[in-house]
Amino acid sequence: MKYLDEYRDEKIAHGIVTELVRRATRPWVLMEICGGQTHTLMRYGIDEMLPAGIELVHGPGCPVCVTPLEMIDKAIEIASRPDVTLISYGDMLRVPGSRTDLFHVKAGGGDVRVVYSPTEALKFARANPARKVVFFAVGFETTAPANAMAVWQAKREGLRNFSMLASHVLVPPAIRALMSSPRNRVQGFIGPGHVCTVMGYREYEDLVRQFHVPIVVGGFEPADLLEAILMLVTQLEEGRAVVENQYVRSVTYEGNLLAQKILAEVFEACDRKWRGIGGIRESGLNLRKEYAEFDADRIFGTEGMTADEPVECISSEVLQGLKKPTDCSAFGTSCTPENPLGAPMVSSEGACAAYYQYRRYAIAARENR
Amino acid sequence: MPQETKLDVGLNCPVPIPARESILLGHGSGGRMSGDLLRKIILPALQNPVLARLDDQAIVDVGGSRIAFTTDSFVVKPLFFPGGDIGTLAVNGTVNDLAMGGAEPLFLSLALILEEGLPLDTLRRVMESIRVAAALAGVVVVTGDTKVVEKGSGDGLFVNTSGIGIVSSGVRLSADQARPGDRVLLSGTIGDHGITILSQREGLEFESAIASDTAALHTLVAGMLRASCEIRCLRDPTRGGLSSSLNEIATRSRVGIELEENAIPIREEVQGACEMLGLDPLYVANEGKLLAIVEPAAAETIIEAMQQHPLGRNARMIGTVTDSHPRMVTLRTQLGTSRIVDLLSGDQLPRIC
Repeated sequence: MKYLDEYRDEKIAHGIVTELVRRATRPWVLMEICGGQTHTLMRYGIDEMLPAGIELVHGPGCPVCVTPLEMIDKAIEIASRPDVTLISYGDMLRVPGSRTDLFHVKAGGGDVRVVYSPTEALKFARANPARKVVFFAVGFETTAPANAMAVWQAKREGLRNFSMLASHVLVPPAIRALMSSPRNRVQGFIGPGHVCTVMGYREYEDLVRQFHVPIVVGGFEPADLLEAILMLVTQLEEGRAVVENQYVRSVTYEGNLLAQKILAEVFEACDRKWRGIGGIRESGLNLRKEYAEFDADRIFGTEGMTADEPVECISSEVLQGLKKPTDCSAFGTSCTPENPLGAPMVSSEGACAAYYQYRRYAIAARENR
Repeated sequence: MPQETKLDVGLNCPVPIPARESILLGHGSGGRMSGDLLRKIILPALQNPVLARLDDQAIVDVGGSRIAFTTDSFVVKPLFFPGGDIGTLAVNGTVNDLAMGGAEPLFLSLALILEEGLPLDTLRRVMESIRVAAALAGVVVVTGDTKVVEKGSGDGLFVNTSGIGIVSSGVRLSADQARPGDRVLLSGTIGDHGITILSQREGLEFESAIASDTAALHTLVAGMLRASCEIRCLRDPTRGGLSSSLNEIATRSRVGIELEENAIPIREEVQGACEMLGLDPLYVANEGKLLAIVEPAAAETIIEAMQQHPLGRNARMIGTVTDSHPRMVTLRTQLGTSRIVDLLSGDQLPRIC
């Protein structure tokens, strides 16, 4: 298939690996930010193709994984009301809250639905004026513009029965938090290609300057990731640290200006708690006060809800690239996709789920005995 | 232990949720949750050696004849889709479950659960499809039942069919018979049915030229059995897709299975839709395809026989049975690396971005 096969070509991939072997003279620790990239790396076994010294650690870019526990609890609380239809993306339904998950709310009679686009939620709200339709908006800068658009449209139409529980997060503040941590090991980042398609990569230049860490905006196919790794290693070997763009077929320096405009119109930056990582200043997006009438958190009085997140698994360290999923004693035993202890085991973009699905040879062999 | 929200990089993690105590949609996915339900709740109540084989059909001796017996319920939404409807599925699905045991399908039962308010015209259209599909497959619907449930207690129309067929004495096909060295054959492209249904679902309409592959496979099977008796096992990879069927065979036969990604035929439209929606075609349902585990020396002969049948034109070898990783299915990717093809936990979920 055009635009796919060439990026999954065995010869091209091995060509890049050969060049990588030639250029890498010492070990380097690299992090891919985005969960979609983690998924590709595991699915194609790309980490196994790399020269021994190049270590990939997996970043916090899985929206399902980092959505804080209290947000899940809020969504569950709202979805449990008889007059509410809660609509979200599929993965969110399986994430454990403090006591239950949205799948169980649905099984218990709650009206919980899955869509691919927030405009479908708008459509549902228009067609069902008696229902209070709440869209649970999660994700990074990638999904935020479409969600902003839905709220903007609802305001324009005067749609009274639509609201949004917004839990958006932003990539650059997360990179800043990781780099500021005294335990940081990461020496170079594969930037999130889809986030940068929206936002461009101007804002990553500050990070590079501040931390002298190379960032290469990368795509999501095997050849994209290998090329991004090669570009990072080249910079590191040459002692350089700049922002480069590997994903040129999608990402421009400025990004999608129209998308940025609607984002700025509807959302504003706020402090946000990241599941497994903690609070990060100015790392989220909330609805602006002009759109407060669409803020589900306010409408349903869930603003005060908080949830304590006891230390039960090592997902915090996994999300910061300090540990691998397989370093966890619960991995594949007490923590599985059926009974996830932590969010990275839930989403297909989560590092633990990706390892479980594609890599648990040793564990599976034990299970299968 | 309560923890303060801190504006620094702290360490937190969610709590485990209690064991599931009610039926979730994922229990119907054909993945690991379905298997658990079967093993923990259903089978313990019904233990017997015929059921224990867990094939798509039971084969029982009745008065010296080997009778294949199976049942299947159909709850598809939408009821009508390109390539077929719930009626065609209900006939072909049960015929195929019989065919996978090497049986010649003979008789079907038909049970309809109708929701109050269902337009009679819808029922007429479905009955016409059932008539045509049964005639094409050469089976006769000899008994049936109708029930009506209150509005809201059903989803328009649910259909159950059971089927009876007869198995020749020399034919023994079962998921526990795969041996290291055997070849894995596939009759054609995967994912057509599942992606067709998905493309028609409310909230997800996208333009595509894909149609369901629903078809009765028993004449294809008959041709294969005529060509060679070295077939160990047949499966139609419906719900849960190729992955579920192959994992089941690997588990039941205590063997490993190695697939070649490049050998698995997928239509470009299906591949494109899967890429867009974040789905893996290996888990997407088929309604007119079969997998065969065959003795290595007979593989070529059987593929040729398959290719002579209209439903097997794209048949090919997609993998090998191995003893190197028992009960596990792996895939050699396009890049030459290897990965696990796991059973999914529940349904494949659309990803966020």
